[in-house]
Amino acid sequence: MQTSPQFFKTGPSPLARLFFFVLLSISIMVADSRSDFISEVRRIIGTVIFPLQKLAYLPFSLQERLDQYIADFKLVEEINHLRREYLNSRRDFFRLQALTSENEHLRALLGAARQTEMQTVLAEILYTPRDPFSRKITLDKGSSRGIRPGQVVIDDLGVIGQVTQVFPWTSEVTLITDKNYMVPVQIDRNSLKTVVSGAGKNSELELRFLSINTDIQEGDLLTTSGIGGVYPAGLPVGRVTHIEYDRSHKFARIICIPVAGVDRHRQVLILIDSASAPKTSDNPESYAPQRNRQTKNHGI
Amino acid sequence: MRHRETGKPRTTGYEYVTQEFLLPAKKSLIYLSLLAAVLINLMPFDKVMLALRPDFLALMLLYWNIHQPQQMGLGVAFLCGLVMDVIDTSIMGQHAIAYCLITFFALVLHRRLRLFNAFRQIPAVLWVLLLGQAVLFLTGILAGTYIPEWYLLLASVTGALCWPLLVFLLGSFRKQRIEPDEI
Repeated sequence: MQTSPQFFKTGPSPLARLFFFVLLSISIMVADSRSDFISEVRRIIGTVIFPLQKLAYLPFSLQERLDQYIADFKLVEEINHLRREYLNSRRDFFRLQALTSENEHLRALLGAARQTEMQTVLAEILYTPRDPFSRKITLDKGSSRGIRPGQVVIDDLGVIGQVTQVFPWTSEVTLITDKNYMVPVQIDRNSLKTVVSGAGKNSELELRFLSINTDIQEGDLLTTSGIGGVYPAGLPVGRVTHIEYDRSHKFARIICIPVAGVDRHRQVLILIDSASAPKTSDNPESYAPQRNRQTKNHGI
Repeated sequence: MRHRETGKPRTTGYEYVTQEFLLPAKKSLIYLSLLAAVLINLMPFDKVMLALRPDFLALMLLYWNIHQPQQMGLGVAFLCGLVMDVIDTSIMGQHAIAYCLITFFALVLHRRLRLFNAFRQIPAVLWVLLLGQAVLFLTGILAGTYIPEWYLLLASVTGALCWPLLVFLLGSFRKQRIEPDEI
């Protein structure tokens, strides 16, 4: 290197530089999994590329607006349809009101803490990562709108996931189908409590470590049990689609599909105060009568 | 870029001359193209498109490191990798390693690759892209966030197939700048 003329001199050799940067990347990777400092860096970069994100999304939002414009022509039909629907649902609403007041009365009798009403924020899915492995989505609302890590994200059908990283104007949501993600649930039919976790592939969920004699059937609906305090009770999570009893294994292999449109919807709801909600120690679910319980394995 | 047609030795010299006259690209063009690649990578796509979409940032880094190695380097690749990590919500440093390796091979091979035309560069580009993706897989598996599926390697194949298009596009940008000089 020293004998070469100045014209060709370009500093240390590419191999040396490669070593330097690879070592730097590895140390960053280690630091990322160990400390919070890197997530600060990530937040800064995330804030800087936010305008780019908006720009990249622009053609899609324009197309959506165009669709909306076309859809406006069909509004009259839709209004008529909705009016009929409204009348129908009105009936259900009155029933619900009666049930709510009755429920409140019973709760008061029981001395149970009144469940706090959830505040929600409507957010739009801004971006699905390139990487099909990572079960994460980016929403267009961030810490400026009161979003905090740990808040639950739902759509009209059920649970989608949980906010895991917050930027000023955007936030990242880990979907329930993520491999390392678990949700405390109960089987709707017999209120058997367990934990469902993401299978990490094919947008599936799986119930691990349920013994072979557990009372579970295909088609069973899983709803959140409210245990742990993160999820409010009663949100639908998934439906059991496949049960495999293998004699050689101790546990049954149970596959579920999520109820919510985990990667189908544009709009989702973020439950604002679910993370800060006090953990109700006297959750009525925990001493609800447990019917049809035939198993010795209670899960959680 | 385009020269050494083995059957036509007469054109060879001419093609070399045109290549010598390609002016070094402006910094603004390089950074704008990188920005455009980030934009394309940011676009929300559906499942099949998501799996097939090549990593344009990696392609762009390859192009500039093969054609303008003096103006690029591992530092830029490293920064691009960090940005891509934020975009992909992967572990910080995962794309940085892959991009640094891609850039390294581009820097090592750039003299040899520039002897071929864009279509003959495809196999080399394919191998470098596959290597980058393999590194991504490996780091992902070691970090415990990945379950690799083989069809994802198709992104590298489509990336390599996009290569001539990219070379043509960026080449035309650079040629327009020197046309007045030739007249």
